[in-house]
Amino acid sequence: MAGSGQTDPRPLSPHLQNWNWHATMYGSIFHRVTGAGLYGGAFLIAAWLVALATGPEAYALVESIAFSLPGQLLLFLWAMAVLYHLANGLRHLIWDGPGVGFDPKVASRWSIFNFAFAILGAAAIWSLASLS
Amino acid sequence: MSTDLRKVRGLGAAGSGTGHYIHQRVTAIALLFLVPWFVYSIIHAGKAGYEGALTWVAQPVNAILLILTLGAALYHMRLGLQVVIEDYIHRTASKQALLILNTFVVIALAATTMLSVLKIWFSAGA
Repeated sequence: MAGSGQTDPRPLSPHLQNWNWHATMYGSIFHRVTGAGLYGGAFLIAAWLVALATGPEAYALVESIAFSLPGQLLLFLWAMAVLYHLANGLRHLIWDGPGVGFDPKVASRWSIFNFAFAILGAAAIWSLASLS
Repeated sequence: MSTDLRKVRGLGAAGSGTGHYIHQRVTAIALLFLVPWFVYSIIHAGKAGYEGALTWVAQPVNAILLILTLGAALYHMRLGLQVVIEDYIHRTASKQALLILNTFVVIALAATTMLSVLKIWFSAGA
């Protein structure tokens, strides 16, 4: 896109409010949202590794944040984002490669499955991590 | 980003879309295997405390897989955020500044995380 803004009167596609909302639209939007969120998550992995390489005091600080209530909430959301992006990413690979799953019914169900997978998978990780 | 010469040659916006597409998917295929390993491992390493986490990272297999995961993930997210920036930021100066920042951030994260892993691995054997 060279230059900014559209000055010539070309036809525009209908804007967001003119569409009926489908599961696939949420699926697509959340793929991008979780992707951007996971970009932030990389900073947290970096903080964890740097603290581990620095020493016990730095590591204790990271642990105290991670095990606090906001920290645990963030880790849960993070797990959901990872699992959603992973499951929906696999779907993108199947769309691009074998090219199956475009049928509207299948695509809708697949979107719902990916959301369910993310929520239930994060809950499973939560319970695994809580077992001592 | 493209030079004037590139535009004159009629290659379109950048002429590198196919490479971007393929790299995005090749890193995705790698992450399909690496991320489940990482999630499974981090649950145990995260619970093991400072000593336990150190021991886990210092295992050569874990250190190597960690570096591979970081490399694939950071490259994948650089490509991903590049598209997000190109989609939403249309003013050339801001767009190019953010694209450069994206690259710098990812390389800084790669250097920081990978060197941390290597430091832990190499100092454990001593």
